[in-house]
Amino acid sequence: MADIVKIATRDSYGKALVEMGATNDKLIVLDADLAAATKTAGFKKAYPDRFFDTGIAESNMMCVAGGLATMGFTVFASTFAMFAAGRAFEQVRNTIGYPHLNVKIGATHAGISVGEDGASHQCCEDIALMRTIPGMTIINPADDVEARQAVYAAAAMDGPVYMRFGRLAVPVIFDESYKFEIGKGAQLVDGTDVTIIATGLMVGEALEAAELLKADGISAAVVNMATIKPIDRDIIVNAANKTGAIVTAEEHNIIGGLGGAVAEVVCETVPVPVVRLGVEDTFGRSGPAVELLHVFGLDAAHIAEKAKLAVSMKK
Amino acid sequence: MNAAEKKSLQITACKVRMGIIESVFQAKSGHPGGSLSAADIVTYLYFKVMRVDPQNPKWEDRDRFVLSKGHISPCLYSVLAQRGFFPVEELKTFRKVESRLQGHPSMHYTPGVDMSSGSLGQGISTAVGMALGAKLAKKDVRVYTVLGDGEIGEGQVWEAAMYAAAKKLDNLVAVIDNNDLQIDGTLEEVNSPYPIPEKFAAFGWNVVEIDAHDFDQIEDAFQKAAACKGKPTAIVARSVKGKGVSFMENQCKWHGSAPNAEQYAQAMQELTAALAELEG
Repeated sequence: MADIVKIATRDSYGKALVEMGATNDKLIVLDADLAAATKTAGFKKAYPDRFFDTGIAESNMMCVAGGLATMGFTVFASTFAMFAAGRAFEQVRNTIGYPHLNVKIGATHAGISVGEDGASHQCCEDIALMRTIPGMTIINPADDVEARQAVYAAAAMDGPVYMRFGRLAVPVIFDESYKFEIGKGAQLVDGTDVTIIATGLMVGEALEAAELLKADGISAAVVNMATIKPIDRDIIVNAANKTGAIVTAEEHNIIGGLGGAVAEVVCETVPVPVVRLGVEDTFGRSGPAVELLHVFGLDAAHIAEKAKLAVSMKK
Repeated sequence: MNAAEKKSLQITACKVRMGIIESVFQAKSGHPGGSLSAADIVTYLYFKVMRVDPQNPKWEDRDRFVLSKGHISPCLYSVLAQRGFFPVEELKTFRKVESRLQGHPSMHYTPGVDMSSGSLGQGISTAVGMALGAKLAKKDVRVYTVLGDGEIGEGQVWEAAMYAAAKKLDNLVAVIDNNDLQIDGTLEEVNSPYPIPEKFAAFGWNVVEIDAHDFDQIEDAFQKAAACKGKPTAIVARSVKGKGVSFMENQCKWHGSAPNAEQYAQAMQELTAALAELEG
């Protein structure tokens, strides 16, 4: 087996921006003094005239992005998830979401895997916040291949997009033949007993969990749900019908994120057990990212446990 | 400005004020006080300064306007109607279901509204983005925004002010409608933003102070703004809240309440008399 390549999706974001900048002169990138961390620094270097650092002022940055969008530009606005979705929530809601402007929010450093910086910077609420804004598209890519495609897809569509990227280097799961499409989940593994619906860095863990479950005689399907909104209802309904039990896995509060979105669809269509795995409505803490993911139960072993619970709940 | 031009502006501003009272009365809600205080400035902008085309509201090269103090939408709508973007009669639909005239401005509902606004402090940032975009596109587009004096209590206003000066956005003009009253009292009583001109100057802006109801001074201010290179301009316009309707002038309570039938009649009578005198 070849060595596992690991790339942080924030790097994928930065790389895609530089690539797109070469052919799209209407593309503008904004950052709030975090260009080195959000990886927009590459774009800044390549196209200094189309990069604007608004300084440590995220609220202003989001509205400046809105204003630029009204002038016909496609604007990527980057900062940490905590400040993009958290601090600037109302700016995003009123000045980007309500007027439905062409602003793409590149939110990096999402989730517990921020690591040592600790709870103040570990945003596990962003998906929940962004989901409540009408017309907002939310993408949480699983790996480098998907992340780069997601950036292209976001640029190609009209309207606001929230893209969630991580700080931690995560395994590259897909090869270049993988095709990401906004609003479509991807069936990665077929199974009959339970479906694991995962997003972001939990997709790799879900694939591993399916292997663990196989050893226990449980046939687990795996779905990659990169687009949290609009959610792929068809693939959820199909999973509920086919396997009769669902586990969701996300690096986000279990309230309001992927688990909430899936449960909403399931209970209104094919009510079957849904067990949510995520951050258990608590704040994070400092520590090495990989270690923290285990501490917070965000790994294959915990997904497998939840899957068994879901199977046991089937009537 | 010659006497005829001034009189014409005064007549238009008086009609704008009548439209403000009409729309707020019909809606039984809205914000007449600040609408009346900004009426002369916004009238001047749309009739003398801004390059706009009412027949083609989305004309790419038009100048842009952002009503950062979005709650005075009756003022903007009344000016847009007078300027020919939609019928004056439509002002009566303000705030009603199915109306194009939302409580706060919405760019997708109303012809001539360049940006949705209403949450205080955000409009100036949006205007900064527009001015930056115009420069980037190498377009001779100028961007105007009107803020309330209470609104500048929002920290974001100063984020925007700092950034606009840092980017040398001399195609941006922010008018601060300094009527000295906010909902809970005078500015001094609530949380004083004074001295306002000094604050904008300290943030690197070109600052002009004027009487918001004197068209000569208004003209002078916008000419100074147009002539200023390398800096955005702040026009601190000392105004009277409720200007033009005697019982509304300098009264906090007319910030966000509508006149009853009797008050409406009196207001319209006063404005009609003022208009008759102007039209002499």
